[in-house]
Amino acid sequence: MSGVYIGMPAFPQNAAKAVQNSQLRFNLRKATHTIRGRRAAVVGELADWAELRQAGKTIKDHTLRHLDRYLIELEEKVTAAGGVVHWARDAAEANRIVARLVKDTGETEVVKVKSMATMEIGLNEALAEEGIEAFETDLAELIVQLGDDFPSHILVPAIHRNRAEIRELFLKKMAGAPKDLTDEPRALAEAARLYLRKRFLEAKVAISGANFMIAETGTLVVLESEGNGRMCLTLPKTLISVVGIEKLLPAWQDLEVFLQLLPRSSTGERMNPYTSMWTGATEGQEFHLVLLDNGRTSVLADKVGRQALRCIRCSACLNVCPVYERAGGHSYGSVYPGPIGAILTPQLRGMDTELDRSLPYASSLCGACYEVCPVAIDIPSVLVDLRAKARHPRTEKAGMAAAGWVFSRSKRLAKAQRFGGRMRRLVPKRLPGPLSGWTDTRDMPEIPAESFRDWWVREGNR
Amino acid sequence: MSAAAREVILRRIRSAVEGAPEAGIERGYRGATGERGDVDLFAERVRDYKAIVHVVPRAEVAATLARITEGRVLTVPAGFPSDMYAASEGEPDGVISTCAVAVAETGTIVLDADPGQGTRAQTLIPDYHLCVVRDDQIVPNVPDAVARLDPARPLTWISGPSATSDIELNRVEGVHGPRTLEVVIVIG
Ligand code: SF4
Repeated sequence: MSGVYIGMPAFPQNAAKAVQNSQLRFNLRKATHTIRGRRAAVVGELADWAELRQAGKTIKDHTLRHLDRYLIELEEKVTAAGGVVHWARDAAEANRIVARLVKDTGETEVVKVKSMATMEIGLNEALAEEGIEAFETDLAELIVQLGDDFPSHILVPAIHRNRAEIRELFLKKMAGAPKDLTDEPRALAEAARLYLRKRFLEAKVAISGANFMIAETGTLVVLESEGNGRMCLTLPKTLISVVGIEKLLPAWQDLEVFLQLLPRSSTGERMNPYTSMWTGATEGQEFHLVLLDNGRTSVLADKVGRQALRCIRCSACLNVCPVYERAGGHSYGSVYPGPIGAILTPQLRGMDTELDRSLPYASSLCGACYEVCPVAIDIPSVLVDLRAKARHPRTEKAGMAAAGWVFSRSKRLAKAQRFGGRMRRLVPKRLPGPLSGWTDTRDMPEIPAESFRDWWVREGNR
Repeated sequence: MSAAAREVILRRIRSAVEGAPEAGIERGYRGATGERGDVDLFAERVRDYKAIVHVVPRAEVAATLARITEGRVLTVPAGFPSDMYAASEGEPDGVISTCAVAVAETGTIVLDADPGQGTRAQTLIPDYHLCVVRDDQIVPNVPDAVARLDPARPLTWISGPSATSDIELNRVEGVHGPRTLEVVIVIG
């Protein structure tokens, strides 16, 4: 990963700061709890959820095992359908390719659909250096961009802003915003609709990511809610999609699994409002696909850590994470916040900085993230494995080895958590060592009175 | 440059997965049924997204369409059945279309740019979208829809009107897509 977030302090300091921001905490709590409830309801509707999850996991594992073969097949199919495929080893190469493609069109402005891959490589900044302005078109991304800050949630990136703040931001930064703009969500959305409509109709170049790519057919798939994705994918003459190589699925049929897993896990809906699928150059468009490695192949080389590449970015793990709820997305210093960020970021970037070394500790190892993950990524195990690899004092290492033992057997885990539950009054509010940084505030995640697993069994929740 | 990058990435992948165990795919979930979807369930699920839904017998479709579009001027894509609805003069403020497939379980409509459905932009830019769904186009679940669709066509899956929850998680209908979705289900 490129140094987009370089200069950000390590997780403990960030988290300590974030927990003092009561607006952020209120918003996060409200948001995560709302989505959590919705997700549980729609997941509960599907009697075969466990089987879908198993299929999701095994399809991804199979794809990763044969990633070379499937990428070549994808390239063939996209090319045959009139698209052009580019390969980028790292962020700098991807940014160079995209900048050149935009320049070739003679344009200096592009519209963008929310894409974590382009955030990861710092594409907007790289384009700005080349004199190309990128306009984010998701409402939340627009709020983040106008406010000149970083997204804090995969799904609701502006979760840290309340409506009054958004109104002020629009009035200050959005050309043509009505003077009498209220802070009603409907009025704010309307203002954004008018502001962006002109851009969509005038834009000649769009940049997107993709949720899935199908090797068998060369099809790309984008799920969204607002319709800005459809606008970007449909209207401009040139479409450039930057997609991580792990977003691949072997067969068209595999979509039947992921179109059920993703919306229900993500926004807690039976289906998201809009999903676009296109194969190669469509309806007279010019289409470029930039396949991005940027650290993914090194994650793939790690026997334990490679499962992180199954991630479909649903954000279910964020919404159940007690640490995320208190610390907020910004504390993770990366585009990938929450439990998935804690295992993906250090692997993608390597653990050279204090921040990245501290990320695997940003967890109470309660296991809730694993339980909700639609592709069954065992985040606690990867965390424990990464802790063993991160440089830290010897005592810490010993403690983590013990944790590794606990996590190696789910029965032991259940026992240990229940024990922790009973012991929680005896646990000091301040932890020694590297963790003390973020127990200084009183917001250290407490050991729950009841372990997650017990609660799970009792509530029959999925 | 790209050719070199391609080789490097493929080489990195091969060495990364070398010796990794073979990973088979397990499909224990409900697959495509090949059956017809339940009209009432579809109607209910579309209504859940705050879309307007009418269920009408074939003989009454034209009358229903005329009634609910009174005062509107709709774009009519080439190939839309002219015995159902005819274009009128004036500046359009909406669009009418048919669809390719509909999914009962999720309340989803899929457009595939076949005649009667227009281009992707035609059903996107107007603020009002009226979609006519025949009951034999409704399938029970997502696997049935995937099996029926042709990936070579541009596909748009629509589940309710455009929406955002980006402001304090309040769902607001309509940001960029049509803010009103009306669905007429034709039975018989
Ligand atoms: S790790 Fe799993 S739960 Fe978290 S975002 Fe990725 S797919 Fe979703």
